[in-house]
Amino acid sequence: MLHTILQLTLLLVSLSMLGLIYRLIKGPTTPDRVVALDAIGINLIAIIALVSMLLDTFAFLEVILLLGILAFIGTVAFSKFLEKGEIIERDRDH
Amino acid sequence: MTLLHWAIISPFLFAILIPFLYKAFRSIHTGWFVLLLPVALFSYFIQFMPITRDGNTIKETAEWMPSFGINFIAYIDGLGLLFALLITGIGSLVVLYSIYYLDKKKEQLHNFYVYLMMFMGAMLGVVLSDNLIVLYMFWEFTSISSFLLIGYWYHRERSRYGAQKSMLITVFGGLSMLAGFILLYLMGGTFSIRELISQSDQLMTNALFIPAMLLVLLGAFTKSAQFPFHIWLPDAMEAPTPVSAYLHSATMVKAGIYLVARMSPLFAETSLWLWLVGGFGIFTLFWGSFNAVKQTDLKGILAFSTVSQLGLIMSLLGVGAAALHYTHLDDNIYMVATLAAVFHLINHATFKGSLFMVVGIIDHETGTRDIRKLGGLMSFMPITFTVAVIGAFSMAGLPPFNGFLSKEMFFTGMVRVLEMDIFSLDTAGILFPVLAWVGSIFTLIYSMILVFKTFTGEHQPEKLEKKPHEAPFGMLISPIILASLVIVFGFFPNILSERIIAPAVAAITPSLVEEGHVIEAHITFWHGFTPELFMTLGVILFGILLYQLLPKWKKIYSWIPERLTLNSIYDGGLVRGERAAFSFTRGYMTGFIRSYLVYIFAFFIGILLFTLWFKGAFAINTGDLAPIGIYEIAIALLLVISSVSILFAKSRLTAIILLGAAGYTVSLFFVLFRAPDLALTQLVIETVSVALFLLCFYHLPPLSRHEERMSFKLGNALISIGVGVVVTLFAISAYSTKLSESISEYYIKNVYEEAAGKNMVNVILVDFRGFDTLFEICVLAIAALGIYSMIKLRLTRRKEG
Repeated sequence: MLHTILQLTLLLVSLSMLGLIYRLIKGPTTPDRVVALDAIGINLIAIIALVSMLLDTFAFLEVILLLGILAFIGTVAFSKFLEKGEIIERDRDH
Repeated sequence: MTLLHWAIISPFLFAILIPFLYKAFRSIHTGWFVLLLPVALFSYFIQFMPITRDGNTIKETAEWMPSFGINFIAYIDGLGLLFALLITGIGSLVVLYSIYYLDKKKEQLHNFYVYLMMFMGAMLGVVLSDNLIVLYMFWEFTSISSFLLIGYWYHRERSRYGAQKSMLITVFGGLSMLAGFILLYLMGGTFSIRELISQSDQLMTNALFIPAMLLVLLGAFTKSAQFPFHIWLPDAMEAPTPVSAYLHSATMVKAGIYLVARMSPLFAETSLWLWLVGGFGIFTLFWGSFNAVKQTDLKGILAFSTVSQLGLIMSLLGVGAAALHYTHLDDNIYMVATLAAVFHLINHATFKGSLFMVVGIIDHETGTRDIRKLGGLMSFMPITFTVAVIGAFSMAGLPPFNGFLSKEMFFTGMVRVLEMDIFSLDTAGILFPVLAWVGSIFTLIYSMILVFKTFTGEHQPEKLEKKPHEAPFGMLISPIILASLVIVFGFFPNILSERIIAPAVAAITPSLVEEGHVIEAHITFWHGFTPELFMTLGVILFGILLYQLLPKWKKIYSWIPERLTLNSIYDGGLVRGERAAFSFTRGYMTGFIRSYLVYIFAFFIGILLFTLWFKGAFAINTGDLAPIGIYEIAIALLLVISSVSILFAKSRLTAIILLGAAGYTVSLFFVLFRAPDLALTQLVIETVSVALFLLCFYHLPPLSRHEERMSFKLGNALISIGVGVVVTLFAISAYSTKLSESISEYYIKNVYEEAAGKNMVNVILVDFRGFDTLFEICVLAIAALGIYSMIKLRLTRRKEG
C-alpha cells in the first residue's frame, strides 16, 4: 500500500517537475527562471525523500539537508545578482 | 685498444691540441706541427705493406658496445691499406701545401687544421673499420668535417651555399646507407663486413637483399658524386684549394668508391649490381667530362673532371663484378676491370691532387681562376706549367704517364664487356665501350683547355689583379712530388702492382683468390696492336680535332634549357619543398581551436570505429542487464531534455541554467543508484560551478552578450553525433564482454575489519587508495593557486598602465 502511494506521489512530483522545467526553459524573464529553479530544488528534496523511502535507507538524509541549504543560498545569490548586479560586494574599508 | 686503433683516432686527439699550439706559437705556422702527424701515420701504415702483399690481413678488436654487436674492429687488408696510404700520403702533401697556401696572419688556421685533422681521422676510420656502424659513424664524420671545410670562408655566400648543398646530399646518402646497413644486420645478424661476406650466399636469396643493396649504393653514389648526385661537388669548390685537392679529388669522394669495392664481395653476384654500378658509373663518366668542357672556372673544370673520373672507376668496379661469373676460366680476362679500377684510383689521386694544387698556385699568384682572363703564363711559371702538363696529360690518358696505362686498361675492361654473355650484356653492353670512348674524347678536350687556355696563348695582364710570377718553392714541393709519382708510376707501374694493387684486387674479389695464391697483376706498357690502342689513337685524333673546332660546336651546351639542369632542379626542389611544407602547415594549422577539435574528434571517431570493425569487437550481451524502473526512465528523460535544450538555448544565461539542471539531474541519478557521497559532492560542486559560470557571463563584454542561437553546422553536428555513437557502441561492447570478476568483494569484506570504517567509499578514498586522494588535493591546490596568481599577477597591464 505504502509502495503504491509512494510511486503515485513520485509521479505527481515528477509531473510538477516537468511543469517547472517548462517554466525554466520558456522564461520569459530571468526571475521566472530563478523561481522555477528554486522550486525544482525543493521538488528534488521531495523526490530524494520519496526515493530514500522507496530504497529504505537513511543514507540520503544529508543530501536533503544539503539541497535545502544550496537551494536557499543559490536563490539568494541569484536574487542579489539580479538586484545589484554582483553577488559579493567589495568591502568599502579597503 | 691497440696501437692501430690509436693510430686511427690519433687525428681526432691531435685536433684537440691544435688550438693550443696555434695560440702558443703564433710566430710558427700551425701547419708545421700538423704535418708531423700524417707523415708519422704514413710511415706507420707503410710497414703493413709486406703483410698484405702475402695475402694476410690484420684484425684488431676494441670493444665499444658489445651488447649491440658494435665494436671498433680495425681491419687491414689490401684495399684498406691502399686507401690509408692515400689518405695519409696525400694528407701530408696537402698539409705541406697548405702551409704555403694559407696566410699565417689572415686566416684562422686553428679552425682549418682542426677540421682537416677531423676529416683525416674520419677517413681513416671509414677505410679501416670492419664494423658497419663504426664505418657509418666515421662516414658521417667525413660529411660533417667536409661541411665545415667547404664553409671555411663562412662569410661568403657561395661557401655557405656549397656547404649546405654538400651536407644535404651526402647526409641524405649517409642515412640511406645506414638503413642499408641495418637491413644487412637484420639479414645476417652481424655488423661485421667479414662475417657478412662469409654468408653472402644465403643473404642473396633474402627478400631484403635488393633493398639493402640499393640503399648502400645510394650512400656510395651520393658520396662519390655519381650522376645525378654529382651536383654538390662543383659547388664544393668554394672551399680553400688544399681542401679541394684533398677531399674532393683524392679522399672523400673516393669513400663511395671504397664502399662499393668493399661491398663487392657481398653484392656483386647479382646482375642489378653490375648494371647499377657499371651503368651509373659510365654515364657519370660521360656526363662529367661532357660538362667539364663548358666550365670557365679552373676548379669547375677539375670538379667535373673528378666527377667523370670517379664515374670511370665506378664503372670499372661494376664491370669487374662480371668476373665472378667466370670462375671456371683459368685466365679470367674480366679481372682486368677491377685491376684497372684500383690502378686508376691511385693514378687519379696523384694527378688530380697535383692539378688542384696547380690551380691553387695560379689562383694565388694571379688572383683569378677564370680561364677567360688567363693565358700565356708559361713563361712566368715554368715549373707550374710542367706540373700542369704532366697532370693534365695523365688525366687525358696520354703516354708516357700513368693515366695512359690505366686508361688502356679501362678500355680493355670496357671492350671485354662485349664478350660477356650474361645479363644481356652482349646486346646493351655496347653502351659501355661507346660511352667510355666518347667520354675519353671530352676528357682530352678539357685537359687541353686546362693547359692551353691557361699557359699558352696571349698574356692578358690588364685583366689580372696581380703581376704573375712563379710560386714560392714550398708551394711547389707537393705538386712536384705528385707529378713525379705520375711519371714514376707511368714508367714503372709494376712497383705498385705487386705490393698494393694485387692485395687490393684480392680484397675486392676474395672468392676468386685461391688459398695460398696471389693475384697476378702485371701491367705492361706495350700490349701490341689491340683495339684499345686504336681507341686511344681515335681519342687523340678526335680530341685534337674537336678542340680546334671548339668555338663552332660550343653552343650545343645551350641546348639544355637552364630550367632543366640538375642544379636548378635541386634549387627549385628546395624552394618548392619549403613552400609546400609551409603551405601545408598553414593549411591545417589554422590557429582556431575549433579546427583542432574537429581533427581530434574526427580521428577519434575514425580510429575507434575502424578498430571496432576491424577487430570485430562489437558485441551485445543482454544476459546480465538489470531491470529498468520507471524512475530511471523519468530521470533519464529529464537529463536528455535539459542537455538537448542547451543546444537550442537562445541566451547564454538559459544555457547555464540548463547545465545546472542537468547537473542536478545527475545527482538525482546518484541518489537513485545509491551513492549518497557522490550525490552530496555533485550537488555542491554543481552549485559552485553554476555560480562560476554566472560570474563569467556577468563579465562578458556587452557586444558578445546579444542573444543569438548557436548556428547550425552540418560538419559539427555529424562529428558530435559520431562521437556520441562511438562512445555508446564502445560502452555497450565493453559491458557485454566482461573478462574478469570485480575486485570489490575484497573491499566489502575488509572495510570494517581492516580499515575500521563503515563508509566504504570514504575508506577507499582515504585508506585503501589514499594516494589518489593526495594528488587530487594537489590538483585542487594548484588550481586555487593558479586562479589566485592569474587574478593577482598583472605584469603586462602594469607596464601599460
